Amino acid sequence: MMLPQDQVPRVLSGDRRALARLLTAIENERADDALIALHAHTGRAWIIGITGAPGTGKSTLVAALAKAYRVLGKTVGILAVDPTSPFTGGALLGDRIRMRDLSGDTGVFIRSMATRGSLGGLARATRDAARALDAAGFDIILVETVGAGQSEVDIARMAHTTVVVEAPGLGDDIQATKAGILEIADLLVVNKADRAGVNITVRALKNMLELGHPSARTRLASHHGQMLTVETHTINQNGTDPLWIPPIIQTVANDNKGIDELVAAIDAHRAFLTDSDTRDQIERHQIEIELSERVRELLLRQILNTVSAEALDEIVRQVQTRAIAPQHAVSAILNAAKRSGL
Amino acid sequence: MAIRVLIAKPGLDGHDRGAKVIARALRDAGMEVIYTGLRQTPEMIAEAALQEDVDLVGLSILSGAHMTLVPRIRAVMNEHGLNDMPLMIGGIIPDDDKAALTQLGVQGIFGPGTNTEDIIKFIRDLIAPESGASSAS
Repeated sequence: MMLPQDQVPRVLSGDRRALARLLTAIENERADDALIALHAHTGRAWIIGITGAPGTGKSTLVAALAKAYRVLGKTVGILAVDPTSPFTGGALLGDRIRMRDLSGDTGVFIRSMATRGSLGGLARATRDAARALDAAGFDIILVETVGAGQSEVDIARMAHTTVVVEAPGLGDDIQATKAGILEIADLLVVNKADRAGVNITVRALKNMLELGHPSARTRLASHHGQMLTVETHTINQNGTDPLWIPPIIQTVANDNKGIDELVAAIDAHRAFLTDSDTRDQIERHQIEIELSERVRELLLRQILNTVSAEALDEIVRQVQTRAIAPQHAVSAILNAAKRSGL
Repeated sequence: MAIRVLIAKPGLDGHDRGAKVIARALRDAGMEVIYTGLRQTPEMIAEAALQEDVDLVGLSILSGAHMTLVPRIRAVMNEHGLNDMPLMIGGIIPDDDKAALTQLGVQGIFGPGTNTEDIIKFIRDLIAPESGASSAS
């Protein structure tokens, strides 16, 4: 078997098998060297996140969008994420069923990913998988999240444009006012717009947008492990910069209705981000979040490595028997790590 | 490291219950199953197998067209450089055809009434040594 880093030149030259193999290595966390080599070749693709509740038609919308971009001559990479069973570790990845029209087109590459225990709506490897597609030369990368509820907002930390998909009949205006995935939307899509109740859904979303002061629209960021908000669409001192107010677009993805409007809206968002320096700013925040996540993960692994399985068992037992509090247990683990010279 | 399996239904018959039962059983056995749905052409199957980099392709064929479909699927897979990717089939396969199918690289043939446990064990035995090799790389 070829080492992942040996595949780098083949991936860069567009070899699809090498790309597929690299994606597997990324999912199995055995591709650090390849990712390091690829990093300088990334940053060209426009990454579009598609998220929303199960059954809103995300996969169908992704397929329709991909077709529209192909008509425009753009190549499209698709990452479709479905959940891993928390009980068996298995997953049924069925997003390709809705994407069958894209087969036979070498300008499209579809990869299904299981979340493998990750809870934010993506797999842990999704960000790096998007980088691989980016380096392989795809112009547009569509990332479809798992059917998302109200808190799966990881997609906003890797996408340039986040599209939140709703469908008629899913909830009242209070649902629309709650925090969560609606807030990360750069674009709101009401799919299945040929169904009854579409006007109610559109009105609820409009109200939500008007209630939320656009000038204060913020994005959740993690800074040194703390959650805090950062402004995504900053206004300059004079307040003269235009604000981005998420448009609401009605589509019937099945019939290809509203797709051109959606593509136009994505283009407008891209132009908005690129013309201001907002794009760079957002990317900076995204990198900051990514680095803190990576450091946290690595440190956690290193710290836990300094504690033997028996010692950890003993600490867990003491917390369980109420001999010590979890806070004491953490101190004990950190002290053990310090003694080991970490 | 999860075993990845493509479950595909080539040809024109619409009986996908078997494919769905197998997909579900493999999922419950901890595998990642890419399910492509009905009426897949050999080109679609080969392309999905390549993009998804699966360890094994499982085909469900109930129409009796296996001696037409399987050689064609194998040929297109080989054109895509997937010569080393094993196949298994489920469906109604007469004993007389089994030798020819085995020659085409079909490593598992499962008829009606097969216990899903047997299929899971077959896949684990087939894939395990290979995953061990790639994990060393």
